[in-house]
Amino acid sequence: MSEPLLKVECLKQHFPVSRSYTVKAVNGVSFEIYPGETYGLVGESGSGKTTIGRSIIRLYNPTEGRITFNGREISGKMDNATRAMLRTDMQMIFQDPMASLNPRKKVGDIIGEGLDIHRRAGSEKEREALIGEMLHKVGLSPEHAARYPHQFSGGQRQRVGIARALIMQPKLIIADECISALDVSIQAQVVNLMKDIQEETQCAYLFIAHDLSMVKYISDRIGVLHLGYMVESGTKEEIFSNPVHPYTKSLISAIPHPNPIVEKRRTSITYDYATSGIDYAKGTEHCVGGTHNVLGTDAEIAAWTKEN
Amino acid sequence: MQDNQTILQIKNLDISFRTNAGVVHAIRGVNLDLQKGETVAIVGESGSGKSVTMKAAVGLLDSNATVNSGEILYTYEDRDGAQKTVNLLSLTKKQLRTEFNGQRLAMVFQDPMTSLDPTMTIGKQIMEGMLLHKKMSKEAAKARALELLKLVGITDAENRFRNYPHQLSGGMRQRVVIAIALSAEPDILICDEPTTALDVTIQAKILELIKDIQKKMNLSVIYITHDLGVVAKVADYVNVMYAGKIVEVGNVEEIFYEPVHPYTWGLLSAMPDLDTNDDRLYSIPGSPHNLLHEPQGDAFAARNPFALKIDKKAEPPMFQISRTHFAATWLLHPDAPDIDMPRELKERIERSRKEAAKYL
Repeated sequence: MSEPLLKVECLKQHFPVSRSYTVKAVNGVSFEIYPGETYGLVGESGSGKTTIGRSIIRLYNPTEGRITFNGREISGKMDNATRAMLRTDMQMIFQDPMASLNPRKKVGDIIGEGLDIHRRAGSEKEREALIGEMLHKVGLSPEHAARYPHQFSGGQRQRVGIARALIMQPKLIIADECISALDVSIQAQVVNLMKDIQEETQCAYLFIAHDLSMVKYISDRIGVLHLGYMVESGTKEEIFSNPVHPYTKSLISAIPHPNPIVEKRRTSITYDYATSGIDYAKGTEHCVGGTHNVLGTDAEIAAWTKEN
Repeated sequence: MQDNQTILQIKNLDISFRTNAGVVHAIRGVNLDLQKGETVAIVGESGSGKSVTMKAAVGLLDSNATVNSGEILYTYEDRDGAQKTVNLLSLTKKQLRTEFNGQRLAMVFQDPMTSLDPTMTIGKQIMEGMLLHKKMSKEAAKARALELLKLVGITDAENRFRNYPHQLSGGMRQRVVIAIALSAEPDILICDEPTTALDVTIQAKILELIKDIQKKMNLSVIYITHDLGVVAKVADYVNVMYAGKIVEVGNVEEIFYEPVHPYTWGLLSAMPDLDTNDDRLYSIPGSPHNLLHEPQGDAFAARNPFALKIDKKAEPPMFQISRTHFAATWLLHPDAPDIDMPRELKERIERSRKEAAKYL
């Protein structure tokens, strides 16, 4: 396989709340993203999935660990060239398209902001052309550039968010719950658009979500997070056809199926960390075949694999 | 069911809102029946009018709303045990608040953080309704509140009783909201997207909890949701709503295994399925109809790949398919061309049926 585009090694992100209390949001998570692929991060709220995304793009300063992007380290102090590279080659799409777009700016200026800051457009004409092209790419028309965010519907606003991320021609886009706030029928439109764009530009996605069914649909590989630990990772086939960790099993069983007869007779698997007797801190990563890794002690892994 | 008794009946409801942009005709003739002990789900995209319909029933419509026509009939037993039927729309806000809301019709809202008072302990909030409506003594109300907390699956109820909402997790908060809704022993529980703000694992637990309580208390439940997976899990009857109208109604098996309306086809196809490996997810083209403009013909026609010529001219009436299954689409007209649901959806339903057969 080629060189990974992004390499996260043993990332820790702690937030000191008071002298005696620290929130340990991420506790030693490692994964790699290769060019042009989609990596899905799933987990419940509070599992640290959003924190990981924000640490990678350096909205937070990582407490410990190493992040390498494009062959350069971005976790410590960065020189100006590295910073400029990070700020252009990695972009983010946020969850709430209304809150992440400046209501007082025209959509064209929101999309063109990156061009202005990094002086990518040679002339006013070129800038306009680039913005128009980007709007066209996400399924809006160039005339929409003169409108304000409130004049768009939720799905259209999320398209603007995607256009804003795409205009820098990034190599990696971090999509943080970017479809959770949208309606079912619109979700499908946005996900299809993201897939089309990936085919065209070969960018990689870090797709963060709590909805496993959508993650399965879009991702090549998946990492399951719980309480700041990566409890299971692998290709989507490995995770869905052979889940090993009890948390992953409970997540998969919690997805409601559009099948009333089945759904009414099925109760989901319960998993409670406090009573399960599992201590994530004691576990080490075990490979259970292929690229499929599970966190646990030797005894736990032996018991879980036997169950299957 | 033997005692099939209609407890709530919405007849030809029509509501519009005055806004700066003009009059929005949000509800355009909605009919809905709820039987005692049953669960009815209303499904649709945002803006389809599903929340407004139920808000009208509990008198929570915004002040710019006008009810143009229709009635919401609620049948109940009064204190002497006599059967009574009232039109909830004809009551004043005060009457609704003192006699119906909370006591007979309770509502669970989407976001548990905004529906709880942050300055009051959860115990007090659960007791509030009982003290007001039931005129219970404080001791009795407290005992009942502890019972309710246990009923909704909160362990360590005595200590939790003194907690404030911010000390609880999202799932726990929603459990508290459900406990408050149940405190005055209502006949009807209206759940407006009760699990949208929660995680999937907690969602499953909350839905199983509501189902469980429904059985114990013989409640009638109305679910408002856009998630068809949730509907499949909880509902007996399903109403699919689009642009202020119910376009397809039937029992849950009819809607999921034999859908006839193109909009229902679209909604079902748009759900990612764990078993398919399709490259593209089906999506309903375009965006929901803007009700600022009165639709010409069928409101769904512009997004409907199966639209006929007549769809652009006249609104389809409700066609009956079986005793419980109705749909408003011209495709059911005897003169309509023979159009079947998309192949992918057909295969998917075929698969679901096979899976379901294992359980029967």
